[in-house]
Amino acid sequence: MQKVKLHINGFTRTLLVNAHETLLDTLRERLNLTGTKRGCDQGSCGSCTVLLDGTPVLSCITPTIRCDGRKILTIEGIGVNGHLHPVQERLASDGGLQCGFCTPGVVMTAVPFLQENPDATDDDIKEALSGNLCRCTGYKKIIEAVRHAAEDLRHG
Amino acid sequence: MGRVIGKPTPLIDAVQKVTGKAMYTDDFKFPNMVYVGLHRSPHAHAKIMSIDTSVAAAHPGIKAVITGKDIPIAFGVLPISPDETAMAVDKVRYVGEIVAAVAGETPEAARAGADLIRVSYKPIKNFITPDESLVECSEDEKIHQHTKNSKNIHKIADLSFNDPKDGIASSSFTRSVDFKFAGVTHAFTEPHSTIAVWNGDESLLVITATQVPHYLHRTLSKVLDIPLHKIQVKKPALGGGFGGKSDPFPHEMIASKLAILTNRPVKCTLTREEVFLTNHGRHPTEMTMSVGCDVAGKITALDTDIVIDGGAYGSFGVVTSYYNGVLLQGPYKIDRFGFITRRVYTNKPQSGAMRGHGAVNPRYAVEVVLDMLAHDVGMDPCDFRQQNFLSENTKTVGELRITSNGIRECLETVRRKSGWDDRYGKLPNGHGLGVACGFFISGSALPIIWNRYPQTVVHAKLDFDGRIVMFSGASDIGQGSDTMLVQIAAEELGISMSRVQVEVADTKLTPVDLGSYSSRVTFMVGNAAKQAVDKIRHQIAASVGNEKSVPREAIQFADERVFTDDGKLNLTWDEAVDIAMAGRGAFVESGFYISPKLGGKFKGSGAGLSPAYSFGAFIAEVKVDPMTGQVSVIKVWSAHDCGKALNPLSVEGQIEGSIHMGLGQVVSEDMRYHNGRLLNANFWDYRIPMTLDTPEMDVTIIESNDGEGPYGAKEAGEGPIHPVLPAIGNAIYDAVGIRMTELPITPDKVLTELRKGGQQ
Repeated sequence: MQKVKLHINGFTRTLLVNAHETLLDTLRERLNLTGTKRGCDQGSCGSCTVLLDGTPVLSCITPTIRCDGRKILTIEGIGVNGHLHPVQERLASDGGLQCGFCTPGVVMTAVPFLQENPDATDDDIKEALSGNLCRCTGYKKIIEAVRHAAEDLRHG
Repeated sequence: MGRVIGKPTPLIDAVQKVTGKAMYTDDFKFPNMVYVGLHRSPHAHAKIMSIDTSVAAAHPGIKAVITGKDIPIAFGVLPISPDETAMAVDKVRYVGEIVAAVAGETPEAARAGADLIRVSYKPIKNFITPDESLVECSEDEKIHQHTKNSKNIHKIADLSFNDPKDGIASSSFTRSVDFKFAGVTHAFTEPHSTIAVWNGDESLLVITATQVPHYLHRTLSKVLDIPLHKIQVKKPALGGGFGGKSDPFPHEMIASKLAILTNRPVKCTLTREEVFLTNHGRHPTEMTMSVGCDVAGKITALDTDIVIDGGAYGSFGVVTSYYNGVLLQGPYKIDRFGFITRRVYTNKPQSGAMRGHGAVNPRYAVEVVLDMLAHDVGMDPCDFRQQNFLSENTKTVGELRITSNGIRECLETVRRKSGWDDRYGKLPNGHGLGVACGFFISGSALPIIWNRYPQTVVHAKLDFDGRIVMFSGASDIGQGSDTMLVQIAAEELGISMSRVQVEVADTKLTPVDLGSYSSRVTFMVGNAAKQAVDKIRHQIAASVGNEKSVPREAIQFADERVFTDDGKLNLTWDEAVDIAMAGRGAFVESGFYISPKLGGKFKGSGAGLSPAYSFGAFIAEVKVDPMTGQVSVIKVWSAHDCGKALNPLSVEGQIEGSIHMGLGQVVSEDMRYHNGRLLNANFWDYRIPMTLDTPEMDVTIIESNDGEGPYGAKEAGEGPIHPVLPAIGNAIYDAVGIRMTELPITPDKVLTELRKGGQQ
């Protein structure tokens, strides 16, 4: 067991963790942050994506002990004061989700991507979201929603 | 009408889903909960000689251990083929079958406990391929004892009208082609998950990721011997189904049994590998498709011989067997028609229902063969199809009743939008266009379990707060049925959607709905919901009319007001509700749906019956790299007749999702086995399309306004997958001149065909 200090969504938690504990387990099973989804537990589907110091990582293959002292942002930390982030707004309004299980991972990938690539083309968006599997939408409305969110952010 | 219905409407739970607040089964936790560990068979076919659970039972943290003999009652989603038990009894029939289960204090303890179970097996003859199952074996080698003639044939379904074989033999042009289709699986993103709670009053609560709470309700009662009225099945948010969550599942029974034994809440969430092993996906299929036509390109006869690989258990297989044949009766008029389907048992994870159930593989075959015949006759493939379509308001040769039918408009639309007439056959080598059509049931007219009940009942409640609550057993699996319930209530009562809430998919609170399968929900639940809220409106109109002395038939409902056009009555919704509450308080109205009596009088006439059918035509554009054999789908033009799009945003989503899933099956997805062991039980090796594979999609909704559908609506969830695969297959022919008859169409197969120098 090792003591780690995690800065999660702006709040600091200190935990004792085993070496094999993944960040996904820590979030879902210990901290009840169940917005982050377990789709494969193998790093193949993207549903568990969270931000580690601002960069998207797959929490199911990220050991929690490697996160000591680092900033973690989960889907619960996106949006401020009850306002949705434009990516969330557009996914919801433009049909960019159906069952919604992959959606938190899509949000956590698209939000930092648009921050760094405000003028992203559809091809850029496709590339950025290539690690997020969705079985419902055929991706079309997800890609459109992210493009619309980029426009909202530029004009916003 | 048309205030809410027909408008693109975001899902009512969309904000919950984009914020991570939507609760899926595995997101629930109960105090003092224990976890399930499953012990699975390493053998494809073996007798269980003994099971030693003593070491597991003594392991720290293990609270209970059970084996097949603890839940020995057989079940099956179809009451005619209950051939499965929650865990293997006496023998195992596939690698990965559950043999024993433990409840542990932690997931880790449960896994460790499951690994400590010792099973002694005696392997017996394996039947891995359909060919092996079609030949005689000794009686005691058979996979199931109930199969006949010392073979492993689960079901033979066949129908024949007007001697199709003779019809083909006497046709001017005939084609008879062998096809082979790999097994594919649903690959929904949310793994199977179940939580079972045994309450103090000996009632069972099961929260589970299911498309069929009602069938699970019945099955749990049967296998656990608990009265129906003591079981509550609840479906929370669900992360995709596509038919893969439409059976009652062993892990749901195991979690329930362990909850009773431990008297503690039990959670069972499967790993991704276990999800693949659970399967119930599309049957691996081999078929010979024979079609004839005359010199003018009129189809004269169709006959097909099909073998589908059912895996170890029955699931929906009897229905699948029929659907493979009967759903070839449209969208073309074919008067001499026949098929035979043999569903075999093999020692593999079972096949079942998957989007487009039973009809996807034969649709590929027939549309490719029709394309060949069009070329034989010297006709444009669109013209060829256009002159063979069924009309509206007709019957097929097997007496499927066709009502609304927008197929002509579908084909004309994609033909025009794709520039077909200027481009087909004229694109540079390596580029091609292909066309295909399809049709599908809007709900099975015959229920699985025969009784005189409606197929769905919806309750609508009005209370003093002015809120409408819709109570429906319908299972929203991401397709948006909850949103539809709200739309219909808002439409009929002239109130905003925010005044309407749902209580859904809870067998204690909600009236029975048969489930989200066979594309039945919009048609059946929509009709029932409309009927229920119409009664509410009539009740309010009666109360208000009485009190205000205006004729009730003059009362209008719109914009949150209850009024007459002459201005004599002009109430807010809340004022009207207040009047309706007087003297009685809250009230509930009920609506239901039962299919009309349909079909012929011959054996097998019930298969494929539906109160309405959807239609569609798609054109695909592909690029084939002659050096690598790689097929890239560039664009798909789709036109689907869903009767009336209650929510165009959702209908488009269903069509786009169908293109995705069809694309996966046609170019990459393939459940690969070695001696019965699934080799690619993960998303790395079983490739579903990702964003980069997504073609451009042009979606057109065609509205034929069905006379019996709610507001004219028919289905959109499954029909759109059928034309996708053959449109791509036919486009490959246009691109490089080869006919691909084996799916998936991987680069190696394309190169092999190209080396043969093209054909036909």
